Amino acid sequence: MATNEMPREHYLNSEFGIKSWLLTKDHKRIGILYLLTITFFFFVGGFFATMIRIHLLTPEGALVSADNYNKMFTMHGIMMVFFFLVPSVPAVLGNFVLPLMLGAKDVAFPKLNLLSWYLLVVGGCVTLWALVSGGVDTGWTFYTPFSTTFSNTHVITAAMGIFIAGFSSILTGLNFIVTIHRMRAPGLTWFRLPLFVWAAYATSMIQVLGTPVIAITMVLVGLERAFHIGIFDPAYGGDPVLFQHMFWFYSHPAVYIMILPGMGIISEIISTFSRKPIFGYRFVAFSSLAIAVFGFIVWSHHMFVAGISVYAAMVASFLSFAVAIPSAIKTFNWAATLYKGSISYRTPMLYAFGFIGLFTIGGLTGLFLATLGLDIHLHDTYFIIAHFHYIMVGGMVMAYLGGIHYWWPKITGRMYPEGWAKLSAMIVFLGFNLTFFPQFILGYLGMPRRYASYPSEWQVLHVLSTAGASILAVGYLLPMIYLLYSLRFGEVAGPNPWGATTLEWQTTSPPPLHNFEEAPVVTEEVYHYSKEQEAAFV
Amino acid sequence: MSDRSVVIHESPRHEAHHPMLQHHFDDMEQQKEASSLGMWIFLITEIMFFGGMFAAYLVYRHSYYDAFVWGSSSLNIIYGGVNTAVLIFSSFTMAMAVHSAQLGMRKLLIFFLLLTLLFGGIFLGIKAIEYHDKYVEHHIPGHSFNFEPVTLPDGKLHNVDQANAQLFFSLYFAMTGMHAIHMIVGAGLLSALIYMAWRGKFSASYYTPVENIGLYWHFVDIVWIFLFPLLYLISRVHH
Amino acid sequence: MQSNIPLFPESASSMSSQVDYLYFFQVANLLFFAGVVAALVVYFAIRYRREKSPKSEPIHGSMILEVAWSVIPLGISLVMFVWGAWVYFHFYRPPANAMEIYGTGKQWMWKFQHVEGAREINQLHVPVDRDVRVVLTSQDVIHDFAVPAFRLKGDVIPGRYSSVWFRATKTGTYRLFCDQYCGTLHSGMVGEVIVMKPEEYQQWLSTRAEGSLGQQGEKIFQQLGCNTCHRNDSLARGPNLAGLYGNPVKMKDGSMVIADEGYIRESIVSPNAKIVAGFDSIMPTFQGQINEDDMIALVYYIKSLQNQQPGGPVKTSPNSTEVPGANPPVKLQ
Repeated sequence: MATNEMPREHYLNSEFGIKSWLLTKDHKRIGILYLLTITFFFFVGGFFATMIRIHLLTPEGALVSADNYNKMFTMHGIMMVFFFLVPSVPAVLGNFVLPLMLGAKDVAFPKLNLLSWYLLVVGGCVTLWALVSGGVDTGWTFYTPFSTTFSNTHVITAAMGIFIAGFSSILTGLNFIVTIHRMRAPGLTWFRLPLFVWAAYATSMIQVLGTPVIAITMVLVGLERAFHIGIFDPAYGGDPVLFQHMFWFYSHPAVYIMILPGMGIISEIISTFSRKPIFGYRFVAFSSLAIAVFGFIVWSHHMFVAGISVYAAMVASFLSFAVAIPSAIKTFNWAATLYKGSISYRTPMLYAFGFIGLFTIGGLTGLFLATLGLDIHLHDTYFIIAHFHYIMVGGMVMAYLGGIHYWWPKITGRMYPEGWAKLSAMIVFLGFNLTFFPQFILGYLGMPRRYASYPSEWQVLHVLSTAGASILAVGYLLPMIYLLYSLRFGEVAGPNPWGATTLEWQTTSPPPLHNFEEAPVVTEEVYHYSKEQEAAFV
Repeated sequence: MSDRSVVIHESPRHEAHHPMLQHHFDDMEQQKEASSLGMWIFLITEIMFFGGMFAAYLVYRHSYYDAFVWGSSSLNIIYGGVNTAVLIFSSFTMAMAVHSAQLGMRKLLIFFLLLTLLFGGIFLGIKAIEYHDKYVEHHIPGHSFNFEPVTLPDGKLHNVDQANAQLFFSLYFAMTGMHAIHMIVGAGLLSALIYMAWRGKFSASYYTPVENIGLYWHFVDIVWIFLFPLLYLISRVHH
Repeated sequence: MQSNIPLFPESASSMSSQVDYLYFFQVANLLFFAGVVAALVVYFAIRYRREKSPKSEPIHGSMILEVAWSVIPLGISLVMFVWGAWVYFHFYRPPANAMEIYGTGKQWMWKFQHVEGAREINQLHVPVDRDVRVVLTSQDVIHDFAVPAFRLKGDVIPGRYSSVWFRATKTGTYRLFCDQYCGTLHSGMVGEVIVMKPEEYQQWLSTRAEGSLGQQGEKIFQQLGCNTCHRNDSLARGPNLAGLYGNPVKMKDGSMVIADEGYIRESIVSPNAKIVAGFDSIMPTFQGQINEDDMIALVYYIKSLQNQQPGGPVKTSPNSTEVPGANPPVKLQ
């Protein structure tokens, strides 16, 4: 096989200078702008996570005062949820890959796309301003009346930052829906779409329908705090539980915004590295839609002990079991894809294996919480923390890293160093489990969330968790180093280093400014691996 | 979501193409369909945005029925009614504007856009008068809020719960205020359209912005059609 | 459970093992399915690795498998749902004749008032093998009353009453946590539930005898001048409160409301929210004039007017029903 050469002209060298980046309308450059931005936010959130875990090394709290601890877990949650998890896959990988996968020249509204990025940046700056000017201590959940009346921190600023960032999410979702509907290449029918596109579509539906509700909720919290108008504060006649309903109406579907794109990535990786179509393609596609739909009607499962009626709780519990089924279907289909495949252990596939294991555990612990009688004991304990970190970190972040590695050749034209990447993936897997598995045990023991101090007999479990976190941190820092290294010294990738079948691999790496030299026409089913492709990739 | 192939768009590569065609689209038809779909989706997000406040209003109306009935009854139904008529008429002039654009009639287009803008201005003006009245009556939530006792049909005086009445007005101002903000944005968009129309940007073959902003304007109108009965009309007590 | 690394909480209530059985079932389910998935993935990954399986076989799907792995998890979920709901119902249906203790959560402490008069801070003494219902409200923000050894928790909400019930089955001291973030000393809002043998409990009560809760309430009733209007003679300008608690009341607009603890409290702080038929809206509000501790004493006293015996033990009304829906969810038994 001939050594690859970088294409002479591509989107990265078509224009130079700061203006060509800050005023770009190219979805690929916007994807990279997002990559830099959310990586920054990830490390801000990660910094707070580090502070939390160090603080919890001792039962009385090793590091900071109770007030500052409260600010740390609040900022960790806000940065991670709104400024990393929600945008990450759609804004970074979705922006870069989606138009390429569709055979389009760009998204439907490129200027809106750039605006989305600026909104995220502005929202992030406003939130960081809340941080540096004294912090916020309400928890990322902003429960009233603490957030509206009792907290002495910069709640309004933080709420406004989230409000602004929410519109970034809405506009990205809007852009993707229109792009998928209107800009598919000739021959690319719905059931020939890669599963990443189905996942992006379902995610975009949730972004568009759910995010406005958190927007208006944040506005009402801000108004109430500023003018004491009493929508959520019982001292003025309001209902604090109404806040919880409105907040969770978005924030539950939000977790599906976070995980669905990751599932889409896993479908792509498993297909490519088994050289097989995904088993049960239509079931996986429809599962994405089902998760999006069902995800909107289960929000009350965050409120089983909040004072809702027993009957409402039963409905929410039943539907919460129902929403788990499509995820189970996907997991079984991924496993079945491996059967009689031709499997390669490249780094993206290792992340996919890790995802399947950890997401399965995280998802199954969700069933614990959907079980009403059990949730009473587990609510607001470390069990919840372990549950969602298994899904978000063990699932989502691993899928994201897998996607970054998978599409790195396409984005940069270079291969990452495989040895270091494999090592990092294994360090992440190990560190993650050590960090969060003890938290399941802590949770059943009864350790409450958001506690800056705890009974001394639980210290061993916290020490184990912190030890794991330090390993996990190494696993996250290594890719920063070797990915940067690969930009200069990585092996040139060529158009299709993985022998994959989707459209983004049928153009050069990096792609030309307008994505394809000639507009592609699709004539085959998706995930159809030809003999030539088999021979091309070892 | 049909299974048939997408219609192949002729790529107008080196041929002359419409000056308003953006280059990531294959042709004007694709561009128009995309921007229409985009506007519809945006309007759906607006429904969800207002929906949160509507939900809060309905929940509290159920819990604090008495105060909300008296709060509604204190709103000026004439101002509200006139505003409703004004907005409905403005939607008509907006539709006429789109129609004029379709026919490529520039002067008529500008005329109807100006009329729509005028009606929008009348709406906002009447709203300002209403808000001022609320200020004078001490119905604005805050330190000086005071909802006077009301006289019942049998002549007795009835004290309305102040906290609950304040809640009614908080929601009233939040909902109509948010609506007014959307109207102001709409007025800005109309002004931009008028400018573009005056500069001759629109023709029978290209008037998508007029259509899309028309959609936005109709939406803002429809929100008011819901607000008016919910806030002003239902269970109103004549006094 | 003494071990170097604590792995499992103590069980000290009648519901603890119920919850634990649910937990073990879930753990078994998780180990099974995670195990199966992990085993399959590992096995396939090794058996079909590229060196051993250079050519893949495109298999598109299998309807039988899809149905199987949809229906079976659904069936298991239904079992989990029904079982979990059944246990939940038990938590939310306190037994009749449970003894009542009243509690207030405030930043950052717990205050409990026994009906006989004893008051405690951050400690709750209860007798073993007795059904205990703790009626709770918050002075400020949302708190949560959580006792892991009882597998119990419930949010404590300002502006309304909620309750939890338990029957402790083992004497001892068990941790009480606040389990809803409430500000600076959220992690300091920790207390103890001290379960005693019945005789010891009675003895403990007698050492803490102050005025009973009903007596305290009666004093406040007089101090605030409630008896000026709420009385049994021709000078009465407000509804007679005897026999109020637990019974339906007709409102001016024709609607019917059940007079539970929440209704009584609302009538004191927002008297104009609901006007009783036949009366005018002349009652002044006492918002800001009573803290939640005194409020509960007052509410308790009014509850006790059931038997027209101020200060006596409360008999719960045989007509009590739960108020359904999103309105204050006070459980009346």
